[in-house]
Amino acid sequence: MSHARILRGCLIALAGFLACARAYAIDPTQMPTPELQARYQGLTHELRCVQCQDEAISDSPAGIASDLRGEVRDMLLAGKSDQDVRNFMLARYGDFVLFRPRFVLKNAWLWLAPWALLVVGGLVAWRVVRKRAELVAADNEPLPDDGSP
Amino acid sequence: MLPELGHFALILALLLAALQAFFGIAGPMFRRERWVAAVTPAVAGQAVMVATAMGCLIASFVGDDFSVAYVAENSNSALPLIYRVAALWGAHEGSLLLWIMLLAVWTVAVAVYANRLPRLFAARVLGVLGVISFGFLLFTLATSNPFLRLDPPALDGRDLNPILQDPGLAGHPPVLYTGYVGFAVAFAFACGAMLEGRMDQNWARWTRPWVTAAWAFLGCGIAMGSFWAYYELGWGGFWFWDPVECASFMPWLVGTALIHSIAVTDKRGLFKSWTLLLSVLAFSLSLLGTFLVRSGVLVSVHSFAADPSRGVFILSFLIVMIGGALSLYAWRAPLLKSPAGFDLGARESFLLFNNVLLVIAAATVLAGTLAPLISGALKLGTVSVGPQFFNPTFMLSMLPLFALLSVGIHASWKRGRLGTQLRTLLYTFIAAAVFGCGLVYGIYSHGHLLTPVGATLGIWIILSSLVDPVDRLRRGLSVPRAVVGMTIAHIGLATAVIALTTVQSFTNEKDLSLAPGASATVGGYQFRFDGVRPIEGPNYDGVGGTVVVTRNGAPIAVLKPQKRQYWVQHQVTTETAIHYSRGNNILVALGDDLGANRWSVRIQIRPLVSFIWLAAVIMALGGAIAISDRRYRLTKVAVEIPRAAGTAPEHA
Amino acid sequence: MINRFLIPVVVFALLAVVLAIGIVHSPDKGIIPSPLIGKPAPPFSLPSLTDATRTVSSGALRGRWYLLNVWGSWCGTCREEHGMLLQVRQSGLVPLIGLDWKDDDAQALGYLQQGGNPYQEIAADRTGRVAIDWGVYAAPESFLVNPEGIVVYKCMGELTPEIWQKEILPRLTKAQASTS
Repeated sequence: MSHARILRGCLIALAGFLACARAYAIDPTQMPTPELQARYQGLTHELRCVQCQDEAISDSPAGIASDLRGEVRDMLLAGKSDQDVRNFMLARYGDFVLFRPRFVLKNAWLWLAPWALLVVGGLVAWRVVRKRAELVAADNEPLPDDGSP
Repeated sequence: MLPELGHFALILALLLAALQAFFGIAGPMFRRERWVAAVTPAVAGQAVMVATAMGCLIASFVGDDFSVAYVAENSNSALPLIYRVAALWGAHEGSLLLWIMLLAVWTVAVAVYANRLPRLFAARVLGVLGVISFGFLLFTLATSNPFLRLDPPALDGRDLNPILQDPGLAGHPPVLYTGYVGFAVAFAFACGAMLEGRMDQNWARWTRPWVTAAWAFLGCGIAMGSFWAYYELGWGGFWFWDPVECASFMPWLVGTALIHSIAVTDKRGLFKSWTLLLSVLAFSLSLLGTFLVRSGVLVSVHSFAADPSRGVFILSFLIVMIGGALSLYAWRAPLLKSPAGFDLGARESFLLFNNVLLVIAAATVLAGTLAPLISGALKLGTVSVGPQFFNPTFMLSMLPLFALLSVGIHASWKRGRLGTQLRTLLYTFIAAAVFGCGLVYGIYSHGHLLTPVGATLGIWIILSSLVDPVDRLRRGLSVPRAVVGMTIAHIGLATAVIALTTVQSFTNEKDLSLAPGASATVGGYQFRFDGVRPIEGPNYDGVGGTVVVTRNGAPIAVLKPQKRQYWVQHQVTTETAIHYSRGNNILVALGDDLGANRWSVRIQIRPLVSFIWLAAVIMALGGAIAISDRRYRLTKVAVEIPRAAGTAPEHA
Repeated sequence: MINRFLIPVVVFALLAVVLAIGIVHSPDKGIIPSPLIGKPAPPFSLPSLTDATRTVSSGALRGRWYLLNVWGSWCGTCREEHGMLLQVRQSGLVPLIGLDWKDDDAQALGYLQQGGNPYQEIAADRTGRVAIDWGVYAAPESFLVNPEGIVVYKCMGELTPEIWQKEILPRLTKAQASTS
């Protein structure tokens, strides 16, 4: 890969790093009702900060995080739904900004993986247990009596 | 002078590691007695050289030798002594040296233990460890030399990142790495068996203590990291499913599966190939973690400064080690068949389900961690994965595991007669459900749907674990240490389950904007903010806040959170203030000066959160007790059967 | 029936490929690809930085190519880019529209005074709302918009001569060739 590309990536990362440097921010925004407060907290924890990219906008000290928190607040106060807020961010920044991957086809492999693994694991376990249960009748080897659990 | 000595020592260590690797693997392969005999001296020599290098680097830090680039980047003359030493592993190069040194320590321990092992097998094990040492030493010398000089030397250092200037840095990496590196031993034992083409009947007995020890250290290391995040780095958060956290958690999950699989191999000679595979996987995940942290492929706060060339090197190393071991597995594992059998309701069954669920959990975490890379490679666009994915999918495999644990612990080996245990199962479950729901609704009167589920499962595990030991004691029988260890470890797990359920359901947190004199009520406690005043420390100054905590008028604590600015790097850190009261952790953090004499303040009440970390200690304690069981000390020493003169002896 | 013992090493091989691709792309790790490419430019109407009575709006810019450059007097990398922007102005190939992002007016004007003004017009985004609409997350960034109002390219970071040659110029000349 070219030196220019590495340098560019480093400069962009550096710009973010200098602002972020693993510091946190406390967001004292208060919404008028507990229900809105809970939704606000949920959404701001669900959206990734685009500058301090390993933090959610709720925790990020970056200026843009503060701006985006303001947008979330304004939208909730205007009566928009949670999905409206997510769509707003999605249209501007893309999937990168969501900590919860969308339930769309391109993410199917990810959300289905645990279930597929459970099915495969279950089949494997069933096969093994069946085979060994058949063998146990012929198995007359005594158990080692060494007090192990 | 000292840095050059250290550098030279590393080069010698590299050569000795190469010899250790060569003699260890080629000696038994070609039946050269002299080569096999040369392995232990090579191990000793390498250890001495690595210790020397470590000592030189420590001396450079303590002595403020800023002509060494690494010291100049990570230390400062005003840095307190303990952090000058801990700074050694605060960045990439030094942490690699820590890795190498811990590997040398484990290798020496294995070499001492090798008296009880057949000579050729022991040589192979040490040889494989030598290959790993060689790889890391080569990586260090080629791309990450901590002894590089600055010319002209710096006048003073750039200082250790202020966030790392904390006792957590002194403890967390060494303990964590001890665990990470410890799985190399199980890996080496597995490779030794695979190179030999057979698994000695005592193989599991020899390997088990090493697996348990590494697992215990890793668990404690992870808990220390989580605790450190809670009070210093994350201001009340203790787990973020950050890629590096995941990287340490996956080997632990697979290590837990390994502990259980090797128990079956030890007892019944079953699951041999599973145990080999898990041994390889546990260390492979350790290596993968090393890759993820240092190659810069993932967005993570923990990662060391990224460099693609380092990534290439580590990936090549991964391909050689993991690819090699898994190829060995594909070649040799089919030979390891066993005619033994067991019932559906037998202990072996449950241990199998346990392992399947743990491996699925680890695979799920791996999928989530690597999702951005996988999505990119498959040209599916960007995806980003956070706790909102990990939490539900992790619980999907873990909840069944917790339930099966309580059932399976009553199952006997080989012939499962669970029918006779039904009554015990029922009574313990009802007691757990009553306790669990009762405590939850009695104390808190509200909760998530999963709250009573988690509480019930946790208490059920405790009750089920205690049935057998209590029964033995009542009948006047002794309880073997292995059983004691197992019971304690399972209770430790239950503690974690209960604590996590409580924390997830009942954490009370408010971020507020407060002026001096203002009060707030959170979780039944009253907090009065008394303003801030200037403070100063050895290499920082800043402001300290005072928050008075009361409950129904009775004084509970005076908390003093701080905001520090360090002189050298001008970085601001937040020191939280924590008080423990009636099972609750009360945490206060000072945010920013919002102007108009108001400060942002975080107040957080987390019930039982300390028990999560305590649980890791309990589990490790259980492991330690299990290792001390007589069976491991009475392991038969292998008897050498002399062959006809002129050929090397076979071992029995 | 495949030898099931080969499964682990095959899975690892696939994983190694994914990791290798990850290394190749790792310099771009922090760069968020823009979802605006190929989509209509987000509409905006902001006061001009230089003349308080005028408005700079996306509607008025329809019908010709323009390069929207996000900058601020507080932004260090923008200074490095400034020389290139002046050259773009000199070439006259595409007008530069500045988006002054969350800046202090006096400092912004002072910055332009000192370094020269490459912009045909400058919109003052004092609240940052328009920048959010354009998916801006760091400065400087530049967006190439075609006469139909579609965003055809986003340059993340400094606009270098290489990017001008490789990405912007070809798109401008190709369009002009097809219209002429």
